[in-house]
Amino acid sequence: MAIFRSHVLICGGTGCTSNKSQLVKARFEEKIKEVKLDKEVQVVGTGCFGLCEEGPIVIVYPEGSFYSRMTVEKVDEIVDEHLLKGRIVEKYLFKEKAKVEHAEEHKSLMEVQFYSKQKRVALRNCGLINPEDINEYIARDGYMALGKALTEMTPEGVIQLMKEANLRGRGGAGFPAGVKWSFAAPNKADQKYIICNADEGDPGAFMDRSVLEGDPHAVLEAMAIAGYAIGATKGFIYVRAEYPIAVRRLHIAIDQARELGLLGKNIFNSGFDFDIETRLGAGAFVCGEETALMQSIQGNRGMAKVKPPFPANKGLWGKPTVINNVETLANIPQIIINGPEWFKSFGTVKSPGTKVFALGGKITNTGLVEVPMGITLREVIYDIGGGCPGGKAFKAVQTGGPSGGCLTAEHLDTPVDYENLAAVGSIMGSGGMIVMDEDNCMVDIARFFLDFIVDESCGKCTPCRVGTKRMYTILERITQGKGTLEDLDELESLAISIKNSSLCGLGQTAPNPVLATLKYFRDEYIAHVVDKKCPAKHCKALLTYEIDKDKCTGCTLCARKCPVSCISGTVKNPHEIDQEKCIKCGNCYSVCRFGAVQKN
Amino acid sequence: MKSLEELRKIREEAIKNVEMRNPDKDIRVVVGMATCGISAGARPVLSTFVDEVAKRNLKNVQVVQTGCIGMCTYEPIVEIYAPDKEKVTYIHVDSEKAKRIVAEHLVNGSVVREYTIGSEI
Repeated sequence: MAIFRSHVLICGGTGCTSNKSQLVKARFEEKIKEVKLDKEVQVVGTGCFGLCEEGPIVIVYPEGSFYSRMTVEKVDEIVDEHLLKGRIVEKYLFKEKAKVEHAEEHKSLMEVQFYSKQKRVALRNCGLINPEDINEYIARDGYMALGKALTEMTPEGVIQLMKEANLRGRGGAGFPAGVKWSFAAPNKADQKYIICNADEGDPGAFMDRSVLEGDPHAVLEAMAIAGYAIGATKGFIYVRAEYPIAVRRLHIAIDQARELGLLGKNIFNSGFDFDIETRLGAGAFVCGEETALMQSIQGNRGMAKVKPPFPANKGLWGKPTVINNVETLANIPQIIINGPEWFKSFGTVKSPGTKVFALGGKITNTGLVEVPMGITLREVIYDIGGGCPGGKAFKAVQTGGPSGGCLTAEHLDTPVDYENLAAVGSIMGSGGMIVMDEDNCMVDIARFFLDFIVDESCGKCTPCRVGTKRMYTILERITQGKGTLEDLDELESLAISIKNSSLCGLGQTAPNPVLATLKYFRDEYIAHVVDKKCPAKHCKALLTYEIDKDKCTGCTLCARKCPVSCISGTVKNPHEIDQEKCIKCGNCYSVCRFGAVQKN
Repeated sequence: MKSLEELRKIREEAIKNVEMRNPDKDIRVVVGMATCGISAGARPVLSTFVDEVAKRNLKNVQVVQTGCIGMCTYEPIVEIYAPDKEKVTYIHVDSEKAKRIVAEHLVNGSVVREYTIGSEI
């Protein structure tokens, strides 16, 4: 095997790919050939590095130089200078945005604050290996855990070890994986199944996608281990069709694992057979719910069923089934290799380990982070995420997506784990973290999530199908300035009925965003219904645009940009907006160079 | 896959390629690769170091290139940094010398005096 003196790692995750990282990669390969370095320098496509905001990301080893926002134009200079002559191109290196002491420009990967506070277990290989090459996974101890389990451990031993590690379900509910396995293991059946739940549906969440794209073999290995533990020989990965890169890499990974005999018959000569297939979901949010997911795999319409029976007893095609989330699975090989004590050395007593979060919304470093449980929201949002951009004030953070709730500035020092987040009225959820600043209207946020739920309700049970729709209409009325104080009581009473009477997790958690905003931002609701004002100046129906006569210079720019020609006035004289005709598009507000247009 | 042994073998081979991406290494071998270094023959020196380090599985050693050190007349120059030790500068290095430096300096820990800049001045 050829040894290369330098590796150029280029992110091939969805974020960087949509920013043309594939073109950057192609140019690197071309240019490296041109200067005849192709025997010395290896170009590697990897999974997500996490700092999606700064993509496309390129890392050059052995120095570990961290180039951000790469373009095809920058490639030639990096090859000529860095790879050919050994001079790091400082001007293209990533520059820290978060406030850091001793922030120097020359950064290698681990010096960047975004990474230095993280602890990577589930994401340990993401961005470090080529996910399309099984050898790179094996080099990072890949499939050693499966080998150890099959050759040195009994199925009961594997379950016992998982129980001790107390790895809780990373899909959001937090049920211990080892306990789940122990329910399925004793059930006698001619066939049992392992399902990987990769139906990641929360708006703004992309943890599972990144794991599948960056380290697909970790998920395959963990599924085989789970299969051995409960006596299943068949696995399904239920993954969204909207994740084409993840699906492609999974297929490559499955083929490579079969070729090496790491999937298939008699793995490690232990007599254990296991094989995996993928099933593509069409993007229904409810199919992330386990009973609906199994219906979908069976070819039926994705609708939830009553539990019990639980999947561990009667799951896919009525057979005992264990369903684990992608991130949960990605932790498992590491736990088998390093033991439960190692795993419990991170995180808190009740929630050991780490958690991956997808940072999104009004945050400087949009991206993917993995932190030990028990870290505070403040550390995640400010130290790693770099706070809200543009100096805007932080208002709230939504955890757990449409099933979760928002937390305010007073909760910033809450340690992040299952119990603590639940205690303050939100949930851990699958890991989406959407940050909101002063410009976000909380009533509108609640309306947005309800809109999502109304679309995604499967319609099987009335509280969810009809109730969420009613809640949505009330919220819409409030954002249009037509709400009343009684509406707020109505919202609360509906929310409680829906929570108590819905069939599945989707309906039971659907009112959470409304309840949380009502609890922490009631004054905003009251401003909407009583004063008919939107404090964040977001809800169009409650806004007026006016021109300050003293500031207006009569430049006519706003009048020219107004799509409905409702601004009148002559050159060098103050202009005026016809409120009757104004559609509140905000064009005049954003184009005015003198701050003369006021939004109220 | 029939045994853990078989997997370990694949791993040993594969690790040589990925090892470079591990940033926690104490010893750094820095090869001058500016125009002066390259024209004096630094490129094969660099590849020799990379090959030898990988062949001998020296996990603690990182081979990097750098720009002009400023003493172009002594190129190819190779500097070796190790924690708590004085920097060692080798001059007029070629592939054969590089192999000896790896074997004596990096593996056995004894500096090859005759190749260092001190022997010349």
